[in-house]
Amino acid sequence: MPFIYALPGAVAEGLIWGLMGIGVYLSFKILDIADMTVDGSIVTGACICAVLLANGFPIWLSVVAAFIAGACAGFVAGLLHTAFGIPSILAGILTQLMLYSVNLSILGGKSLVAINPRTNNLLVHMSNNPRSIIVMGIFVAATIIMLWLFFYTEIGLTIKSTGDNPHMSRAQGVNVKLNQVLGLAISNGIVALAGAMLAQYKGSANINDGRGAIVIGLAAIFIGLSVSLRIKPNFVVSMIGVVGGGIVYYIVYNFVILLGLKTEFLKMLSAIIVAVFLAVPYLKKEHFTKQRNLRSNKTKIRIGGEKNA
Amino acid sequence: MLKITNLQKTFNPGTVNEKTALYGLDLHLKDGDFATVIGGNGAGKSTMLNAIAGVWKPDFGTIEIDGVDVTQMPEYRRAKFLGRVFQDPMQGTAPDMEIAENLAIAARRGTKRRFVWGVRKEERIRYRELLATLELGLEDRLSGKVGLLSGGQRQAVTLLMATLHRPKLLLLDEHTAALDPKTAAKVLEITDQIVHKNKLTTLMITHNMKEAIAHGNRLIMMHGGRIVVDVSGDEKKNLTIEQLLNLFTQASDGAVDDRMVLS
Ligand SMILES: Nc1ncnc2c1ncn2[C@@H]1O[C@H](COP(=O)(O)OP(=O)(O)OP(=O)(O)O)[C@@H](O)[C@H]1O
Ligand SMILES: [Mg+2]
Repeated sequence: MPFIYALPGAVAEGLIWGLMGIGVYLSFKILDIADMTVDGSIVTGACICAVLLANGFPIWLSVVAAFIAGACAGFVAGLLHTAFGIPSILAGILTQLMLYSVNLSILGGKSLVAINPRTNNLLVHMSNNPRSIIVMGIFVAATIIMLWLFFYTEIGLTIKSTGDNPHMSRAQGVNVKLNQVLGLAISNGIVALAGAMLAQYKGSANINDGRGAIVIGLAAIFIGLSVSLRIKPNFVVSMIGVVGGGIVYYIVYNFVILLGLKTEFLKMLSAIIVAVFLAVPYLKKEHFTKQRNLRSNKTKIRIGGEKNA
Repeated sequence: MLKITNLQKTFNPGTVNEKTALYGLDLHLKDGDFATVIGGNGAGKSTMLNAIAGVWKPDFGTIEIDGVDVTQMPEYRRAKFLGRVFQDPMQGTAPDMEIAENLAIAARRGTKRRFVWGVRKEERIRYRELLATLELGLEDRLSGKVGLLSGGQRQAVTLLMATLHRPKLLLLDEHTAALDPKTAAKVLEITDQIVHKNKLTTLMITHNMKEAIAHGNRLIMMHGGRIVVDVSGDEKKNLTIEQLLNLFTQASDGAVDDRMVLS
């Protein structure tokens, strides 16, 4: 029965990572950029939130500041990519490394800053899972609704087209570089917001919390989309899928811990989950084309496979 | 409307792959000119269109559109003067977005994108009417993804996108070459309609000599990064394929291209 007791916590933490997954979805799925910045910006969000709270700032200010700091990180990564021509993967890795120093200095050189849930009026905390679930549910819903509306605006449409077909976008007068910077800023802002919620939930900001964060975000996306694309391939359903994917991920995670898997293997498990989800559509397609004897006519295989459907 | 002066472009300068694709090119298009462009493989036709569109900067020379020097203008800012359709049907549209969304993005070419609704209701009505004129049954698929359309349908939609916001210059780079003959003829017919209705200044690259003679009021032949033949008016109207082949052989020192002969 211990699994049942772990369930509310898994749902709460899953919702936080689902929010993070929404941020990753923006870069990975909409902009078509694998943005490694998020491993750093999620910690930046956590650090800013923890340190501001420790210095007596109100919770809302701390959370908003986390979002802005994350957006700045995305802005830097975007600038490295668009203005200086650095490949997007590398731009993300460089920004992530810069953020490690930034995060350390935010934490005043320490590797961990604790948040006291008794002296601070936290939005979420693991001592109160029902409240945490409700608050996170509201945050996630508000984020989805805002993004959903945003992608119907003139600017939002061109951000979608930037990722979908940059060639067409330029021909239609869209400033592709600006949109990539803007998109990465929004994406990392949301990721940092998730980081701020995570720090509150766990009661601390830890300099190492971001390691492999992008992998968890991708896992949430793949788990979620594997279901939601079968239901209805629209934005809101996909977003709900991603958040659901985060929850499923944390339920599995807790289950595996209870089964007695050594914690040092958890990152390995996360990476394998993502690798499998990336490999399956590719292998399916390879197999499919072989059957049809079309091997010479190689088509570009998009990750996830549904974009070219 | 278009004035190209002494335009030069060398790819990969200083390497073994050095290639001068445009060689002091001069071209002057009057308002309303519809020029077809022919020439062998590697003659520099696509390079000329890419230079006009601003895909990269030329080594020297200037490009003026309607009196504005656009030589140093980035591609996305020049787009407000231009409508473009590419050889590859995949290039001109965003496959994961709706037909209406693609059209709406194109309709706002050259305007500042704002924080307001991206596809308005009355726009949808207009798009439906315009799609109906294509006679491809697309008027009922406004909310369908462009990625689900056939190559010909996508080219027709791209053509509509290129001309929704009246361009000062329409650039067509073998936009029917990837289509089957029947679809190609249909897309070409739509092209003619749109160009004539809007009196668009147009550059159309083709490999088909018959097409090059049948369409437009002017015919340009390129070779080695230069314009080697430029005929217009009655002279162009009365041109035969045989004459054109002769002109081509003279201009290119006998190096006739197989693709050109195929009518
Ligand atoms: N981006 C590029 N980089 C290097 N070389 C290029 C590039 N674009 C064109 N070239 C070269 O410039 C020359 C002219 O090419 P271009 O594409 O303009 O020919 P074209 O007249 O359009 O021919 P085709 O009928 O085959 O389309 C070719 O030799 C080509 O290899
Ligand atoms: Mg060409």
